[in-house]
Amino acid sequence: MTFYNEMLEGDRVRDPYARLSEWVETMPQDFRQMKQAEAEDLFRRIGITFAVYGEGGDPDRLIPFDMMPRVFEQAEWRKLERGIKQRARALNAFLRDVYGRGEIIRAGRIPARLVYRNEAYEKAVVGFVPPRGVYSHIIGVDLVRTAKDEFYVLEDNCRTPSGVSYMLENREIMMRMFPQLFRQNRIEPVDQYPQLLRHTLESVAPQKCDSRPTCVILTPGHYNSAYYEHSFLANLMGVELVEGADLFVDGEFVYMRTTQGPKRVDVIYRRIDDPFLDPLCFRPDSMLGIPGLMDVYRSGGVSICSAPGAGVADDKAIYTFVPEMVRFYLGEEPILNNVQTWTLWKDDDYRYVMDNLPDLVVKEVHGSGGYGMLVGPKSTREEVEIFRKKIEANPSNYIAQPTLSLSTCPTFVEEGVAPRHVDLRPYCLCGDRIELVPGGLTRVALREGSLVVNSSQGGGVKDTWVLSE
Amino acid sequence: MKLRISHETTYGYDMPIRNLVQSLRLTPSVFEGQKTHEWLIEVTNGLKGPGFRDGAGDWVEGWTVRGPVQEITVRTSGHIETRDTAGVLRGHREIIHPLAYLRDTKPTAPDEALRELAHSVDGSTDDALDLSHRLSSAVTDAIAFRPGVTEAHTTAAEALALGEGVCQDHSHALIALARLRGLPARYVSGYLHSTLDGQPHDAAHAWAEIHVGGLGWVGFDAANRCCPDERYVRLGSGLDSSDAAPIRGVAMGSGAERLDVAVHVEEIAQ
Repeated sequence: MTFYNEMLEGDRVRDPYARLSEWVETMPQDFRQMKQAEAEDLFRRIGITFAVYGEGGDPDRLIPFDMMPRVFEQAEWRKLERGIKQRARALNAFLRDVYGRGEIIRAGRIPARLVYRNEAYEKAVVGFVPPRGVYSHIIGVDLVRTAKDEFYVLEDNCRTPSGVSYMLENREIMMRMFPQLFRQNRIEPVDQYPQLLRHTLESVAPQKCDSRPTCVILTPGHYNSAYYEHSFLANLMGVELVEGADLFVDGEFVYMRTTQGPKRVDVIYRRIDDPFLDPLCFRPDSMLGIPGLMDVYRSGGVSICSAPGAGVADDKAIYTFVPEMVRFYLGEEPILNNVQTWTLWKDDDYRYVMDNLPDLVVKEVHGSGGYGMLVGPKSTREEVEIFRKKIEANPSNYIAQPTLSLSTCPTFVEEGVAPRHVDLRPYCLCGDRIELVPGGLTRVALREGSLVVNSSQGGGVKDTWVLSE
Repeated sequence: MKLRISHETTYGYDMPIRNLVQSLRLTPSVFEGQKTHEWLIEVTNGLKGPGFRDGAGDWVEGWTVRGPVQEITVRTSGHIETRDTAGVLRGHREIIHPLAYLRDTKPTAPDEALRELAHSVDGSTDDALDLSHRLSSAVTDAIAFRPGVTEAHTTAAEALALGEGVCQDHSHALIALARLRGLPARYVSGYLHSTLDGQPHDAAHAWAEIHVGGLGWVGFDAANRCCPDERYVRLGSGLDSSDAAPIRGVAMGSGAERLDVAVHVEEIAQ
């Protein structure tokens, strides 16, 4: 398998990397080591760590930071941007449709079963249209690159995608450590993201809100692995970070307890899952949520971002239909490719996948974080056979995809700089307008040859640059 | 049939509670079988919150009570005219797709015995109405009506194993069987005016609805081996008893809660 190298074309350094390449070549070894230590120290001081569920070990472990940025030219980025925004529009149109008349299902373009029997489909919100018809306000689109002009979407994250704090911190730390790089290169800023997010949230204030909307971030608490990000974003946006117990319903509205008495809350950016939002509507045993919240929501007294039920759009089985959504709702051809996907509940697909298991990537339909997946070409025969048994036991729980030849980016390694595989998660904001900050989170598989970029599986992060014209 | 209904639920607390939030589905459904002439919902010291019609066609009302209080009464009363539609929920406006009622929740999750019972019943989904009747009879035969042996959290599987239960258990069991046969099914809460045997009855009642192609939702009362008629008053529906509960609430406080329910359904003389 050959891989697209984002910096090198043969021996020639591609234009966007020209200055960076010089920078690396002239960097003394001890300076690099000193800077790496400095970066780690900065991350630790800021407190940005990432706990990984089910892994044990140090919960306050740092995600490794690679100082070598990843660079996009303006033209490359514009195309990605158009593709991502197109997808975001289609996904929100889909959500509005399936919680309304279900035209795409009536038209026979998506099987009814996949939508209405989906665990993430919330019948409690059928018929309610949230402000501006937006259900998913922050969409994290996971992309990989396989050639100069070939990008594939791996998955859409429509609920509460995490990781944007890394996009911001990586940039902050790079600017602090290497200010000269930012003078030599014209790099589009990303630090407007928190204000754009706040604007997005305010723009979807509920019907009954008649002054500047009060927004809050609702966190499950400091035991959550993304708690740092919740407090980080609250801080940068200038909004309160609250837990369920800080909010209460009184009459037609939701209020937050403050030292000056109750304050009405208009928009809740929630980082807790649907089943825990409101014990009167979902799980009766939830201690994290706010009793009565859903009644207030469904009567236009408060907005919840993302909207309860938005998860039905980012299920791995629904994913295969996103190009169809683009055509159906927008009447456009999809700009970004989907990865070919075999769904194991179909007999033909099942046979193909079982015959070609060592060449494929197999994922759980509801899995995330790189858990419970098989990367055929990187697995031993024994691992493949163990996974085969798991699939046989419950085929409808899996999808399979070809092993993509993920592009590589130059990355600092023990012996200098070497190519490592990367992916990209930009964060698309949907409110009164659709916004995409030029950048995103680049994850890098630090182990040589590895194609798994998840931080739980030895992945690291990089700053992601988009160059101005 | 013209019915006068009064329904009082009183919550008493050992220690005063700080605050109470409720979501009520206590308003009769709107369909051909029911016409509501007067209906009132009151919560003592309560602040009426939002009211709206949800995707299932139910009228939902939020209420909050600011504490400290030690006792709260939810009181509904009104009168309503009913008509026999042979169990068919005709003229009911709802937009949730029937397939959304195929998923199981804890009280309706099938075990081996439920599976066996479901598949022992003759009939096919080609004639879903006939199959539904047969499934309903199978539940009536398998679970004898007997109050006091099951409680609020008893599952369909447990009730079937016991062979006894009340309308909630019959409904959960029928829902489980219907879904096992591929028919969307749901739990309905409401009232029943019962004079047949002269015995005092708990007039709060529950039954199941099964989605039958061509007809829509059809009610089946396995506890009484019949379909709902003019003696039945429909309030709301859900995946199971808790999802369809007329009153869902959370009180902020410590200490035990006592519950007292009084329901009266009387026929108004012509």
